Amino acid sequence: MSEFEAHAPVEAPPSEDTAPIGPPAFAPWNDPDQKPLIQFRNVTKRFGDFTAIDKLTIDIYAKEFFALLGPSGCGKTTLMRMLAGFETPTEGDILLDGKNIVPVPPNKRPVNMMFQSYALFPHLTVAQNIAFGLERSNMPKDKVAARVDEMLKLVQLQKFGGRKPHQISGGQRQRVALARSLAKAPKLLLLDEPLGALDKKLRGETQFELMEIQEKTGTTFVIVTHDQEEAMTVASRIAVMDHGRMVQVDTPDRIYELPNSVYVADFIGDVNLIEGNAASHHKDGKVEIHWAEGAPPIVGTPMVPVANGTRCTFGIRPEKVHITKKLPEGKANIVRGKIVDIAYLGNISTYHVALPTGEIIKAQASNNRRIERRRFTWDDEVWLWWSETAGVVLTG
Amino acid sequence: MRAGKSFLILVPYLWLLALFLVPFGIVFKISLSDTALAIPPYMPTLDLSAGWAGVREFLSELDFENYVFLTEDDLYFKAYMSSLGIAIVSTLLTLMVGYPIAYGMANASERFRPMLMMLVILPFWTSFLIRVYAWMGILSNEGFLNQFLLWTGIISDPLVIMNTNTAVYIGIVYTYLPFMVLPIYATLEKLDGSLLEAAEDLGCGRIEAFWRVTVPLSRPGALAGSFLVFIPALGEFVIPSLLGGSSTLMIGKVLWEEFFSNRDWPVASAVAVVLLMILIVPIILFQRNQQAAQEADK
Amino acid sequence: MKRFTWFNAVSLTLGFAFLYIPMLILIIFSFNESKLVTVWAGFSTKWYGELLQNEAFLDAAWVTIKVAVLSSTAATVLGTMAAYVIVRGGRFYGRTLFSGMIYAPLVMPEVITGLSLLLLFIAIGLDRGVFTIVLAHTTFSMCYVSVVVSSRLVSFDRSVEEAALDLGCTPFEAFRLVTLPIIFPAVLSGWLLAFTLSLDDLVIASFTAGPSSTTLPIKIFSSVRLGVSPEINALSTIMIAIVAVGVISASLVSKRAIARQAKETQEAVRA
Repeated sequence: MSEFEAHAPVEAPPSEDTAPIGPPAFAPWNDPDQKPLIQFRNVTKRFGDFTAIDKLTIDIYAKEFFALLGPSGCGKTTLMRMLAGFETPTEGDILLDGKNIVPVPPNKRPVNMMFQSYALFPHLTVAQNIAFGLERSNMPKDKVAARVDEMLKLVQLQKFGGRKPHQISGGQRQRVALARSLAKAPKLLLLDEPLGALDKKLRGETQFELMEIQEKTGTTFVIVTHDQEEAMTVASRIAVMDHGRMVQVDTPDRIYELPNSVYVADFIGDVNLIEGNAASHHKDGKVEIHWAEGAPPIVGTPMVPVANGTRCTFGIRPEKVHITKKLPEGKANIVRGKIVDIAYLGNISTYHVALPTGEIIKAQASNNRRIERRRFTWDDEVWLWWSETAGVVLTG
Repeated sequence: MRAGKSFLILVPYLWLLALFLVPFGIVFKISLSDTALAIPPYMPTLDLSAGWAGVREFLSELDFENYVFLTEDDLYFKAYMSSLGIAIVSTLLTLMVGYPIAYGMANASERFRPMLMMLVILPFWTSFLIRVYAWMGILSNEGFLNQFLLWTGIISDPLVIMNTNTAVYIGIVYTYLPFMVLPIYATLEKLDGSLLEAAEDLGCGRIEAFWRVTVPLSRPGALAGSFLVFIPALGEFVIPSLLGGSSTLMIGKVLWEEFFSNRDWPVASAVAVVLLMILIVPIILFQRNQQAAQEADK
Repeated sequence: MKRFTWFNAVSLTLGFAFLYIPMLILIIFSFNESKLVTVWAGFSTKWYGELLQNEAFLDAAWVTIKVAVLSSTAATVLGTMAAYVIVRGGRFYGRTLFSGMIYAPLVMPEVITGLSLLLLFIAIGLDRGVFTIVLAHTTFSMCYVSVVVSSRLVSFDRSVEEAALDLGCTPFEAFRLVTLPIIFPAVLSGWLLAFTLSLDDLVIASFTAGPSSTTLPIKIFSSVRLGVSPEINALSTIMIAIVAVGVISASLVSKRAIARQAKETQEAVRA
């Protein structure tokens, strides 16, 4: 993992002595003894000429909160609908607990889904909606009632059991949909853009509620979203998808800090991308990237060895680029430029700095002083620098 | 599940095949047969007991004689032409009457619109026959219209309207008016009022804005309404036989008489087949208009 | 901005006068004392009395109601199935022909439909009577039902059905427990439409009726051909009254339901 870089000007020394105490981190994907709950094996799904899912293989473990992230049309919804049983793969197998579930119809699968539109039955009350799936499984009446109460309590809607869906607010409908899909205690819960219809503030609160409920019930969640912040917040692992393929499957921090491709780096968060040719290996595995005539090369640390002369892209997050007025000393990567734009976001500001070569590099600094003390303004000549380990060298 | 789906498809499918498509096959077949003094009054009839030879003999006796007959007797040609004429004129009249009504409804305050809608739809639910019949008492020589006009002194002799084409026009406009008003109203109601403001902002007068914005945008509705009037009017039977005179020639009436009075089933069938051919063009145009309107909505 | 002008007011007034004055005259003169329908001779309800004595009309009315109930019920079942197949059926062999057969009867001249059905019944040796009229009416009104029902099916969120499957319903249970209750208003208005179309139909019934199965429109048509009569005015008034009461009360009920739902939704949003 790359070294932690504090925002200028407060330089917090990396604290090595505060090693994590408590239970080991939840990471069944790193444990070879764990059996995955869901396995996709070479799954392909075609609609006519269009390939929605392309030879996809992936394992999802029990109790994971797994996020499928990607732009619309990347295949994430198709993947989820195959898990629910609404689509059948053209090729390949889907295993749940080691058993192939491809031939099992949706009503016979121990999998439930929370729909993007919530799909609440408009002619039934909230309680009847929640009871609907339980009644299908021939559960005795009194047990159904008890379970409905339990679910209403879980989502804090005890008072609303008798209301019809149109008589409650959007946020409450979202919780009813969640309670209904959890009522049958499925092995796997699928959530299709569960928070897409909520406004931004409510979405933030609900994300934490979702995580709490997931932890409380111990259910495996697979969530489809196009909102990267949401995926980063809730998920234990994120799968970034593009054109029916998995581009990267990893924990949120690794996806952000160690993207394996330009696509992922660009899709998640803000990034500066500089293209160049790799050259002259340092002994410690570092490479120099020659990106412009006459400009000093950028020194970076690649994750995999890069051959001489390879075309590659150097990616660095704006918050890892330091901005100063004085020439910094003893730093590896230093460039000079002029501020052309400032995006003031309150807590931080993003500076767009134009280099003499024409490139624009974004740098972020936190605004820990009041307005009159702000250090940079438009057309200021500034220096930008970053450490040799702050960015990533991408070849894909 | 597969069996359930097949059942769901097959029941209505077979029903329509047996009671919609097969009957057309029979009409077409009989239109190729000859009249006969028998029961049923046409020949040949298919004799399946004779096997292949029977089928071949049956086929060899079918011909287009009846269609040739339709071209020889100019009654039929005139009837088709006059049906087309009456349908076109009454469609235009319905458009002229219906557009202002739809326009008025669309401009009315939102509170009254559902009530106005219901007032337009209500006659549609009342019996067609009764609505046509209502005009018989109004249009006759001693009817209410003439009584009223004589009383006001506009005319001194009663107008002869009943049993003329004019009565047929009035009947069609009256009975098919809801079909014209509703689609036009639907397009006008959707029309964004700020478009008219934009037109006026850009220098249009109110009337010019109406002609240059409202009218072109309501064209799909007006077209849909016109087809919905024209297509059934072309084959209309009740209106010409109650309000029209002996000189009113409409193909629906001719078919009826050919069948019930002359008992010439093969010719009646040929008349039906030709009418259907004539209708195919407006039906296809109507379909295209609907599809284009649907796509524009997306 | 849309403005309601004097021109709009005039065209609405004239338009609705045109639509309703003929029927008003009809109704007023059904209470006329005189046999002469165009001359007012004082108020009387005697034509209603005579109508109720007229066995031929009563028989015809009974036949018509029987036909309408049977055919509209059959048409509702078949039309709902057809709508479901069209909207949810996906691809199947002969789909284009199927949807063609659903839409064609809507634009087909009644004389052709009537003629073709009659020729079919003769070809297969089916005696004409109430049964043949029911078959004929079911065939054309199921198409209207399917148009009404499919427009409702198209507009409702498919994931509601998927949710039912997801929660353990078989496809049939999903239809019975979820789809049908939601589309029920459309199914009901489809039934009403089919019922009215059947009550109203003259041409197809004339072709497919036998001598013993005269319907009311056939009866009215044959007596109206001879001219206007106060008895027919009385009959028409009764029919208009039934339809007006039915349509107006139905629209009031649905209006109130919509208003209540809108109010509750608003309250939920505010809360």
